Amino acid sequence: MSLIHTLARLEATRSGRAQPLATVRHRHLSERPMVVVPLTTAGEAGAPLGALVGTDRDSPRLLVVPQPRDRDLRFAFLAELAEAVLPYLDSYADDVEPAERNETDPETKKRVKVEVELCRDAPQIVVPSRAGIAYVRLLGRSMRFRRTAEQDPDTPYPAPPHIPLLGRWLTHYGERARVPGASLLLSATDLLARHWATGQSNLEDQHLGALLAWIDPPVGAESGAEAALRAESGRDAAGQLVCPPAGPATDPAFDNALLAPAIDAYDLARQRLAAAEDGETADERFGELTAAERRIRELLAAQMRPTWDAVWQALDVMRKLPEGVRAGERWTRDRWSYTSHRDRVRAGEPPQPRQDSAVGAAQKLASRETEQARLEAQEALDDPLVMATRRLAGEAFVSEVVDVEMAWSEGKRPSPRPLVTVTTDDLPQLGGGEKVHRSVDGKSQSAEFVERVGGGRLVLRVVNGMGRSKEPAPGSVPEVGDRICWTLFEHEPRGGAQLPDPEETPWTHGGPPDAAPDGVLLPERPDPVTPEDLL
Amino acid sequence: MDARALAALAANPGCERRALLDGAGVNKAVLAQALGSSMSYGQSQFAFMRGNAFEARVKSDGGTELLRLLGVEDPAAARTPDVSAAGPEGRTARTALALREATAEKAWTLLDHPMLALEVAGTPAYLEPDAVVVHPDGRWTVVEIKSFPMLDGSADPAKVGAAARQAAVYVLALERVAEQVAGAEVGRSVLLVCPKDFSNLPTGSMVDVRKQRAVTVRQLKRMRGVAELASALPPGTTFDPSCEPSELVAAVEAVGAAYAPECLSACELAFHCRGRARTSGAVEALGRGVRGELGGLTTVSEVLDAAEGRAGDPSDPTVAALRRAAALRAEALRGAGV
Repeated sequence: MSLIHTLARLEATRSGRAQPLATVRHRHLSERPMVVVPLTTAGEAGAPLGALVGTDRDSPRLLVVPQPRDRDLRFAFLAELAEAVLPYLDSYADDVEPAERNETDPETKKRVKVEVELCRDAPQIVVPSRAGIAYVRLLGRSMRFRRTAEQDPDTPYPAPPHIPLLGRWLTHYGERARVPGASLLLSATDLLARHWATGQSNLEDQHLGALLAWIDPPVGAESGAEAALRAESGRDAAGQLVCPPAGPATDPAFDNALLAPAIDAYDLARQRLAAAEDGETADERFGELTAAERRIRELLAAQMRPTWDAVWQALDVMRKLPEGVRAGERWTRDRWSYTSHRDRVRAGEPPQPRQDSAVGAAQKLASRETEQARLEAQEALDDPLVMATRRLAGEAFVSEVVDVEMAWSEGKRPSPRPLVTVTTDDLPQLGGGEKVHRSVDGKSQSAEFVERVGGGRLVLRVVNGMGRSKEPAPGSVPEVGDRICWTLFEHEPRGGAQLPDPEETPWTHGGPPDAAPDGVLLPERPDPVTPEDLL
Repeated sequence: MDARALAALAANPGCERRALLDGAGVNKAVLAQALGSSMSYGQSQFAFMRGNAFEARVKSDGGTELLRLLGVEDPAAARTPDVSAAGPEGRTARTALALREATAEKAWTLLDHPMLALEVAGTPAYLEPDAVVVHPDGRWTVVEIKSFPMLDGSADPAKVGAAARQAAVYVLALERVAEQVAGAEVGRSVLLVCPKDFSNLPTGSMVDVRKQRAVTVRQLKRMRGVAELASALPPGTTFDPSCEPSELVAAVEAVGAAYAPECLSACELAFHCRGRARTSGAVEALGRGVRGELGGLTTVSEVLDAAEGRAGDPSDPTVAALRRAAALRAEALRGAGV
């Protein structure tokens, strides 16, 4: 953590209100995001308990599993989830614009430009917390290898249609959330914590209710610390949390005191219904079962609704910040990501593998590293407060130009290489030969650090961005009196070298992926299922 | 004190309050309630039932499934001696005897819920691993059964880490027994058994706990003896929860604590200590790392006074860095009109 962040936390502690860590919003927010608040059964890997889903804050769709140990009920829940989420994901698929993409021609191995479609906008899913993102991944993993009766008539426990498809989409969103700066799947706590410092630790910031108490406290609240404490641990007379956890895990007191008896009552009602001997008793007992189910729905809705409202409140707070200039550029990458997955699904490709191939894993890692560097550079360029942390670290400096001396490179065609002398109060970590960068009309221009001269002055040699002719293009050379922020990091970091095709994986990395004798890649087998499995 | 508490204790060895209360066997949950700052620390009955059901399944049929995970060819032939007895001392003695016999027999042996003793801060703590397996070559392996899933061969690293720290405490306690038995050796890798993917089928993985074991050994050595801590208390101090709250607060405050936000997930008293840390303005309440970068400045007001130029020596590098940070932050906020 930078000292500037620490200082912001300390100021928040003193003032009782969160302090800004950013002056612009560094993540794109969709006009119409879908909020998903999931709950899971304690101790079970993949047994969802319920969810609130929707794009309308006033009318979330409530999905509930009255008995999480029952596979049919879980499948019914997932089918309903697919019904709620897939139309939303699909609604962006056909609104496209033409775009160009670089591809390698398979025959000539040359890079060529290809005309492709790019979706104009992409669906965005927002969950309450980081644990919610992990849960989306888990749901995706549990669904994408399921077989429906249509795919495989002999499968012992066929899944309802659409479940494997939803699994693939959730996997894609979960995977994309690991790319720094990506915004297809966001968590409310990460969003808020990126933009505000509270008077509590990072660990406590994971609690959405407590975090909001610092940033957007209820009217008339004393200090953020007290409101946060009440959100964390305030309990009513019955011992239930006033602000239920944002999930997916539930509060043990809720499980033991309210949910477990309700589930037991539901089980009993089901047994009684099954044992009913005549129609009249059956009707009556069916009424009991419906009442038991309604009770569970009410309990879970009461647990999830505060979190649902908190996520929308977080989105409101975030929307008050203007979006960073370069956040839109990163959203375009998210749109590419969405479009390419749409294409893979439409082309009938198999679900994502359980484990990445060697080449695939290396590619993912390399692209995440590039995106991390890009994110850090873009956030600093968009936001003076982020740039301040880089200046404090000696990775950027604000300077005033005091002298410009024209010079040219040696060689057949001399190019302009003006020497610029600047003064700065910052302490950049320059030894000799480093490159520094500045932004001119949205484009980056580089200069070499030449030497330090007396009086804290630095001499820089501008090396590019001045046009092709001998005389530099107007406005492309700094002028005396200009205040310029130079950075030691590149503005548009580029990725590393190309990786081989999967078929050419070297033996050191396991060789090419397994293929059947006719050369077709083997699809992943579905998970084996047994009668007592959970999911 | 169980292994989980011990492992947590080892995570914050500088906390004398916890060392004393745990060493003296004080129920911290009750104490916290009496202090008026209790935390929800219960376990959901769903998780509890699931954990028990999975462990029962793994150990069913005389541990056939479990022994197969260790590569035993004929699990049915393995010995499963009974280690139950009255009282923890009795069970500890019975376990030691069973381990000695099994090592002499040179046959696969599964001990279900044995009991081990480990001296912590001068008092014995009794520990109950899920199981211990004795190999024919005299090696003893600790088995830890957890109900979190192993998905595609990997499990949640935080949970595996906690399980490894817990198992390391068992390894340490087993080593005390093994010292007395000829030909015995305690494996430094433990068998972690988890449900496979989304099923109920057990799958196992050997986890190397050498590092966790070394950390625990070092932390336990650093812990001051309970007697030494207790002798520093004012005479007549009591942690009886039926006392007046003010008296209780005074008693608890008589022993120093080392609060850090990590305590919130490991100690029942954390809310109390956090409240105290916040009231006194300690910077640790914001995280351990924060303390590290602030040098000799330990309270919020000290740091802010130094940053805003009201106090502090400008030649102190921490103070100089703070002032630079404050100036840069103020400049950026001014520029953005916030």
